[in-house]
Amino acid sequence: MKNRELTDRVAAYAGSVVLGKERQIRLALACLLARGHLLIEDQPGVGKTTLAHVLAKALGLAFQRIQFTSDLLPADILGISVYDRDSAAFKFHPGPIFAQLILADEINRATPKTQSALLEAMEEQQVTAEGDTRRLPEPFFVIATQNPAQQIGTFPLPESQLDRFLMCIALGYPDRQAERALLQGVDRRELIEGLEPCLTAGELKTLQTAVREVTVADALLDYLQALIDHTRQSPRLQAGLSPRAGLALLHAAQAWALMEGRTLVLPEDMQAVLPSVAGHRLRPHARYGDLSREEMVAELLQVPVP
Amino acid sequence: MKARVLPADEFLLLALALVVAPHAVHLQPWVVPLAAVMGLWRWAAGRGRAGLPGKWFLAAMAVSALAGILLSHGTLFGRDAGVALLTLLGGLKLLELRGYRDALILVFLGYFLVATNFFFSQSVFIAVYMLAATLAMTTVLVGINHPGGERHWRVHLRLAGRMLAQAVPVMVVLFVLFPRLPGPLWGMPADSRSSMTGLSDEMSPGSISQLSRSNAVAFRVEFQGALPKTSALYWRGPVMWFFDGRRWKAGFFGRSATLRYTALSGPVNYTVTLEPHNKPWLFALDLPAVTPERARITPDFQVLSARPVAHRERYAMTSYLDYRTDGLTSLERRWSLLLPGEGNPRTRELGREWRGQLRDPAAVAARALRFYREETFAYTLSPPLLLSADPVDEFLFGSRKGFCEHYAGSFVVLMRAAGIPARVVTGYQGGEFNALGGYLTVRQSDAHAWAEVWLEGRGWVRVDPTAAVSPTRVESGIAAALPAPDPIPGFLKRDSPWLQNLRFGLDFLNGGWNLWVLSYNQERQMQLLARLGFGLASWREMAAGLLAGVAGLLAAFSFFMLRDRARARPDPASRAYRRFCKGLAKVGLERRPEEGPLDFAARVAAARPDLKPAAEEITALYVDLRYGPGAGDLAELRRRVGAFRP
Repeated sequence: MKNRELTDRVAAYAGSVVLGKERQIRLALACLLARGHLLIEDQPGVGKTTLAHVLAKALGLAFQRIQFTSDLLPADILGISVYDRDSAAFKFHPGPIFAQLILADEINRATPKTQSALLEAMEEQQVTAEGDTRRLPEPFFVIATQNPAQQIGTFPLPESQLDRFLMCIALGYPDRQAERALLQGVDRRELIEGLEPCLTAGELKTLQTAVREVTVADALLDYLQALIDHTRQSPRLQAGLSPRAGLALLHAAQAWALMEGRTLVLPEDMQAVLPSVAGHRLRPHARYGDLSREEMVAELLQVPVP
Repeated sequence: MKARVLPADEFLLLALALVVAPHAVHLQPWVVPLAAVMGLWRWAAGRGRAGLPGKWFLAAMAVSALAGILLSHGTLFGRDAGVALLTLLGGLKLLELRGYRDALILVFLGYFLVATNFFFSQSVFIAVYMLAATLAMTTVLVGINHPGGERHWRVHLRLAGRMLAQAVPVMVVLFVLFPRLPGPLWGMPADSRSSMTGLSDEMSPGSISQLSRSNAVAFRVEFQGALPKTSALYWRGPVMWFFDGRRWKAGFFGRSATLRYTALSGPVNYTVTLEPHNKPWLFALDLPAVTPERARITPDFQVLSARPVAHRERYAMTSYLDYRTDGLTSLERRWSLLLPGEGNPRTRELGREWRGQLRDPAAVAARALRFYREETFAYTLSPPLLLSADPVDEFLFGSRKGFCEHYAGSFVVLMRAAGIPARVVTGYQGGEFNALGGYLTVRQSDAHAWAEVWLEGRGWVRVDPTAAVSPTRVESGIAAALPAPDPIPGFLKRDSPWLQNLRFGLDFLNGGWNLWVLSYNQERQMQLLARLGFGLASWREMAAGLLAGVAGLLAAFSFFMLRDRARARPDPASRAYRRFCKGLAKVGLERRPEEGPLDFAARVAAARPDLKPAAEEITALYVDLRYGPGAGDLAELRRRVGAFRP
């Protein structure tokens, strides 16, 4: 299976830099193949930036990093028109968002106004600045990070904004063996500099198209609907998954099936992506306020396969 | 000590509270609050705010509850004590509600407590309320039995509602066709009858005005023809002959040999549905002309049932509103002139005086009515108490405020003193026409007393002295007749049209409920079956009909359920795969419901490496068929599964 070889190659390539995080790498890759945006929630220093960077490199994408701060303005992201003396006209200077893979670091540090400028661009795939609408490059991915532990002076993303991210994953600490290799090895930044892309733009596009062509049988839709119904009926959850969340689950499962080398989606694929796709979209009911994402997802994973 | 909280806990408490709440009115005042305290305790324990009591504490509580019931009721059996016992034991069971089994016991106890509410009231409102309580109880039952854990209560409620809705046709068939016994299945305790209100064979000042304060329905009447005018609606009840200076008593109870009267107008036909009042009188318009079954008519035209009316009774009657009674026996003449040896001297004097002035008895009666009309008599629902030894004198010459029994009683004393045969008749006057149901409702508040005098050539003539004082009482009913400052009980006031319509509607509903549900006895069952064309159904035929009806309904339900299942029938690939899983389950490798096929195959391969190739092939075939675009090899899958021997 050619598709699988390609994705395996990317995964192995990224895995050589970000050590011991195969599953997260594969999820991130699935997210990008499903044309979704990715949110990484974790501590500083666990390799969020490295992961984004290496993915950009591997896929041969133009990479931009935006460090979000509380004084960041929408124009700092989208771009600004400056008067050009030579041509005697305003000239648009595109902002960092005009790249193919954006790393929005610590997105919850910026004000809601700036956040929504980014999130709108993510949704529309275009930027409207000073009356002109400009298409963003193809493909266009955003990997945003936020640190959930330090919430002082931050603007947490509201549920409606979280919903725009196809997946939300955590990296976690590397295991002992990976950490040792990390400590012994060369600087990751240098390592990335020396790498060559392992996928052409055409191959990426083919893969993205192939994802949507992975077969989804009625039986699988039955399972997906059983999952959604459960979230809507469970007394422990405040609100069920939205239709958009259902589509997200479906596309992510298709991408996962493709990466597993299958032409059809199985319940296992759905279960594999479920924690990352559904976790950040579920809210516990007020009476079960101490329910964690893991517990909510675990409940969901108990839904019988029809 | 701390109990595991059942998910359905709070709903169970809520449902039980719904069921027990009406008992707060009928049981001893400490019973329901005590049960409520136990429920609150259980609720607090469920929220982790309290522990559940230990075994010894529970035992002590149970003994004290028994002792309390014994002290209050003197017994543990019978309606009140039994229901109190069940209520308290339910509360105690709540305090040891720890698991599924306890919850199940409480649900069944709850169903039983629903039924006990009908010992106290069988009104349509209680029935509707208890239907809601049954739905709540069923919701809890669904909740604690739901496979795959708890769901939102609305999901359980929907399922419970659907189940009860499916049970309704079966209930109707059982209700209509289940053979009825001629008598009640069990006797209602006597204490439920002692409180029944109605007229009795005695009348003393104040007894009818007391009765008039009750809004209870006495009977309902459906007329075959036009409704007679209100002033002609005299519903005859106990007829009083004997006066002891204060109280009046009825005389005749035996059957009359012959009824001597001449009808002067056409008959009025109607059907009365009489509420139980635990006395033998069957009320009928003056003058009753036919004798209902198991009843008799006395010489003074009372219609008496063979037994006290302890159940709602329905009888057809014919009356003549214009009549002339003939002949006065010597016994009647003697009785109708009886006065006690002494007492009420001024009244006797007045009667004698009038007789001296006017020779004609009719003129004496007219003179008496003029006396009531022209002197300062007042018609009131709350007359002053007459405490002297001569109450009639006190009323006629002193207080002059009275209700119908004062006027009727004093009038008859006056007539007898004048040597004119007279008697008091009690009963009801008027009624409220319910346009919605087309019937007349007569309430206890319509209770009335009037007089009859014997006039040569005209027989017994009805004279209503109350009409002389307050003509509106007889023409428009009691509420209109009472003077404004009189404290009229709220229900007697004439209300706004829509409120009146609401009252009519509710009365119609209650009347229909009484008639078609509560009074559905063997007789009515036979009538209904006859109307449906089953003639006189025998026991055996009815049992057969019952079985056929229930079986038919079950067949219909089964048909719909099977049809739904056939629609949701798993496809052939799934069935083959299930056979495969069943085979593996026999060797201890059971597929978890949430496990996907590849995961299961991997687990099988890990546990039984010898099965790995077969399991993987079967799984691959199955996955292709079920999750693929639809070009799998079903025959091959079946063959492989058939050959698979774990």
